[in-house]
Amino acid sequence: MRLFRGRGLQIYTWLVIAWLIVPIAVMVLFGFNDTKGRYNSTFQGFTLKWYGKLFEIGDLTQALVNSLLIAVLTMLIAGVLGSLIGLALGRYRFRGSGAMNVVMFAAISCAEIVMGASLLSLFVTLAVPLGFWTIVISHVMFSISFVAITVRARVMTLDASLEEAARDLGAGTWTTFRLVTLPMIFPGVLAGSMLAFALSIDDFVITNFNSGGTVTFPLWIWGSTRVGIPPQVNVMGTLIFAAGLLIALGNALVARRRR
Amino acid sequence: MRRLRAALTPYALIFPGGVWLAIFFVVPTVVMLSLSLQSGNVADGFVFTWNWQSYVDGLTNYHDQIIRSLVYGLAATLIQIVIGFPVAYWIAFKGGRHKSVYLFLLLLPFLVSFVLRTISWQFLLSDNGMLLGPLKNIGLLPGDFRVLATPFAVIGGLAYNFLPFMVLPIYVALERIDPRVLEAANDLYAGKFQTFLRVVLPLSLPGVFAGVLMTFVPASSDYVNASVLGGTNTTMIGNVIQNQYLVTQDYPTASALSFTLMALLLVGIFAYAKALGTEDVLEVAAR
Repeated sequence: MRLFRGRGLQIYTWLVIAWLIVPIAVMVLFGFNDTKGRYNSTFQGFTLKWYGKLFEIGDLTQALVNSLLIAVLTMLIAGVLGSLIGLALGRYRFRGSGAMNVVMFAAISCAEIVMGASLLSLFVTLAVPLGFWTIVISHVMFSISFVAITVRARVMTLDASLEEAARDLGAGTWTTFRLVTLPMIFPGVLAGSMLAFALSIDDFVITNFNSGGTVTFPLWIWGSTRVGIPPQVNVMGTLIFAAGLLIALGNALVARRRR
Repeated sequence: MRRLRAALTPYALIFPGGVWLAIFFVVPTVVMLSLSLQSGNVADGFVFTWNWQSYVDGLTNYHDQIIRSLVYGLAATLIQIVIGFPVAYWIAFKGGRHKSVYLFLLLLPFLVSFVLRTISWQFLLSDNGMLLGPLKNIGLLPGDFRVLATPFAVIGGLAYNFLPFMVLPIYVALERIDPRVLEAANDLYAGKFQTFLRVVLPLSLPGVFAGVLMTFVPASSDYVNASVLGGTNTTMIGNVIQNQYLVTQDYPTASALSFTLMALLLVGIFAYAKALGTEDVLEVAAR
């Protein structure tokens, strides 16, 4: 019980945080490594040259572009479809909402490999050629539920009487949606869409099953583990990390100012 | 007319997303079940023949990997509870104004690709790498000591990769505890240990249960950690399924194994949820 008092637990927490951050620090550090050969295994001095040669490996660059394109498409499609579901579940009571919740819970708690394998089974059975679009289909599939849950949570906190007021004042369904509902739920839509983007750009397992010959950033890294990871991968990983960090910090600042 | 339109609105809203989930999530599960009962090969095609043999073959040839996956998943989950609970406790009760900063730090790994994080560990733990190399040089470890290709590396990797999914739900449960409840325990002469055991711990259990659900499923079905950090003696069922689907293309066996894994996890989840009261677990997990 002594551990639970005072400093011990605080030090422990910081140690766990350090453990979580160590591999990230190593990744960032070796993006600055002045390595001579293809192997990036011992630190040989500080350099920025890999930032200059970032796009020198053609198929790696293509993989990153694929990942970004797929993530943007996933964000847009899953963002819209998931938000509509979230709006329906948060605002209306209707027969069938229970079934929708069960399917979404199943999609969220299902093992990724099972989702990837069963979708591949469908594509194989129907002889659908695998590639860019099958990846997009799979990413939208697993992102929809996350967007819907995020938006539903937002919708539930809102007051439905505002929409009634708009309608009483003569606004039609579409006008009410555009001028009242959408602005109110927009923070939820934005958060859900960003979550979809993040899930998509990081996905490996489901993509691995349904990619065919198309290579994404995680798949490219996976494919080159045996021959060694070039420093460009570390740099790209660092830049994605930095971008995520900036967005998260910006978000926190905006939230603080609002308060 | 207007009432009818109002009644149809929610259905119109869920229609596009619902259809997407039906075609690409629900239907594929049925297709996979059907595929597992077919016989044939890639060249000549597959025919549905109620071929249960794939299940028999799969379970005979790969029961080691199935059991190993469940054991590794369980081990990783237990380690995560042990490591994660005190962290969640400290942030919830002593985090003060900086709670969100600590939570943010815990989530930092998610800004780096899962595969890249795991490879980073492979790099750190390599036989003569940054961690083991110096220890071997000064003679603290024997020259042939290794971490990679052992169960410890795989379980460690699993515990590392999914830890935040354990800490967050526990934190949420602890955060919700009303401080007045703790004061009441104190007023009723409960010591710190008593308060923890009789008040804090029971109230944190829904969070622990949700955390177990969110970490055990991905950990026991993972194949990235076993591939990158493990060796030939640490292959998990995920490795087998991936290999059967993508390399040997023995779809009936692959889908039989995949379906078996899904059934095991589903039965596990439902038994678990039933034992603990369905509503609570599903409710917290859905958040």
